[in-house]
Amino acid sequence: MGQKRTVMDAEGIDRSLNRIAYEILEKNKGVEELILVGIRTGGVFLAERLQKKITKMEGVEMPLGILDITLYRDDLVSTNRKPKLGKTEIPFSLDNKKVVLVDDVLFTGRTIRAAMDALIDFGRPKLIQLAVLIDRGHRELPIRADFVGKDLPSSIWEAVSVNLTEKNGRDEVVIEESEH
Amino acid sequence: MRLTEKDLLGIRDLTVDEINLVLDTAESFIEVSTREIKKVPTLRGKTIINLFLEASTRTRTSFEIAGKRLSADTINISSATSSIVKGETLIDTARNLEAMNPDIIVIRHSAAGAPHILARIMRQPIINAGDGAHEHPTQALLDLMTIRAKKGRVSGLRVAIVGDIAHSRVARSNIYGLIKMGAHVTVAGPATMMPRYIDRMGVAVSYRLEEAIRDADIIMMLRIQTERQHENLFPSLREYANYFCLNRENIRLAKDDVLVMHPGPINRGVEIAPDIADGPYSVILDQVTNGVAVRMALLYLLTGGK
Repeated sequence: MGQKRTVMDAEGIDRSLNRIAYEILEKNKGVEELILVGIRTGGVFLAERLQKKITKMEGVEMPLGILDITLYRDDLVSTNRKPKLGKTEIPFSLDNKKVVLVDDVLFTGRTIRAAMDALIDFGRPKLIQLAVLIDRGHRELPIRADFVGKDLPSSIWEAVSVNLTEKNGRDEVVIEESEH
Repeated sequence: MRLTEKDLLGIRDLTVDEINLVLDTAESFIEVSTREIKKVPTLRGKTIINLFLEASTRTRTSFEIAGKRLSADTINISSATSSIVKGETLIDTARNLEAMNPDIIVIRHSAAGAPHILARIMRQPIINAGDGAHEHPTQALLDLMTIRAKKGRVSGLRVAIVGDIAHSRVARSNIYGLIKMGAHVTVAGPATMMPRYIDRMGVAVSYRLEEAIRDADIIMMLRIQTERQHENLFPSLREYANYFCLNRENIRLAKDDVLVMHPGPINRGVEIAPDIADGPYSVILDQVTNGVAVRMALLYLLTGGK
């Protein structure tokens, strides 16, 4: 790996999430019919944090689902080297709900495509919105986010990692050049 | 982490890590079967052939449901409706099926080793769904999954396997799996149904039900294969039941939180009393539910080949 650069620290992440929480409430005029769904694994922790923030602001706890998109990926086919399958936990119907999908990094858009296909298997949401901490560009599908923490123009050869206390021990967004 | 072999032929070939991979994956698949739309697109465009050359409802249905919930196309072949009755050999059947480009073959056969022959001559992954008195690996995996889910572990548990040990592929696969995962296994049955040298698999041997199930955490009752009665392995079903039927009296010898398992189909009143099969200790139907998840996990992990 090449040079490592921190592009967002703990404070920056927290501020971005505060802003996103406000924007979600503003755009949807409150929490009615609203459901948060975090995409495994990074998106789950961010969705949990957004849930806490919104509960504090509105006094109402929004339902939170967890989605593993592995079974909906478009690149599973050719070998028995399979990604580890995590549990999906959406124990409620999404019929006529407003779903806010939450992920850490928006890149090609393929994960979000898979996530939308998966959500629709749980009912017919009234609408689906997307919240991401980092949008690093390089889309391969016509997908955009409704709520973005930080736009981070990156080279396709760079790796962007969102480290979160819940899994990596500290909050930071790092970008590093990968060898290729 | 992945399965290292192309095929699943027996528990004997699996490592502890591989068993845990299958069980972890299967636990994640449980959720799919609880949805209103019980289907994920994972194996869209894949073809699964279920070649069942010996009678089965549970295992065949379970494999078919597992394939369909993964969006694969599943085709069932049974011996009565296949060209086997016209005298085609297994190898010729296999070559013809292979020419139609399936992606995975599930086979049950009355001859031990039949899946191994297919594994050698076919490119596709082969899953053994029971071969003679040899192995029934998916049954052992679903049993391990059920034990782990209910007890939180397999290691250190005392397991009694009771019945016709000699003719049981379920017993053999479970012995391999349970020993690997660190359980203590006792097998019990009439002397006529106990294979010689079974202790070399690492199990204790008993000829009395009461002795085997004392302080057991898990009791696995095996089906008495009534079709074997003409072999004079026991004088009568009633006599067998007198000595080896699990009932509300003898089950008290086991631990208070014992789990009673049975691979099905059960003979009520022969190896297991009806009130035990339907009672609070019984996890027989959990085994069936977990069976679908285990088979989904295997189809997911094995498709694509090496």
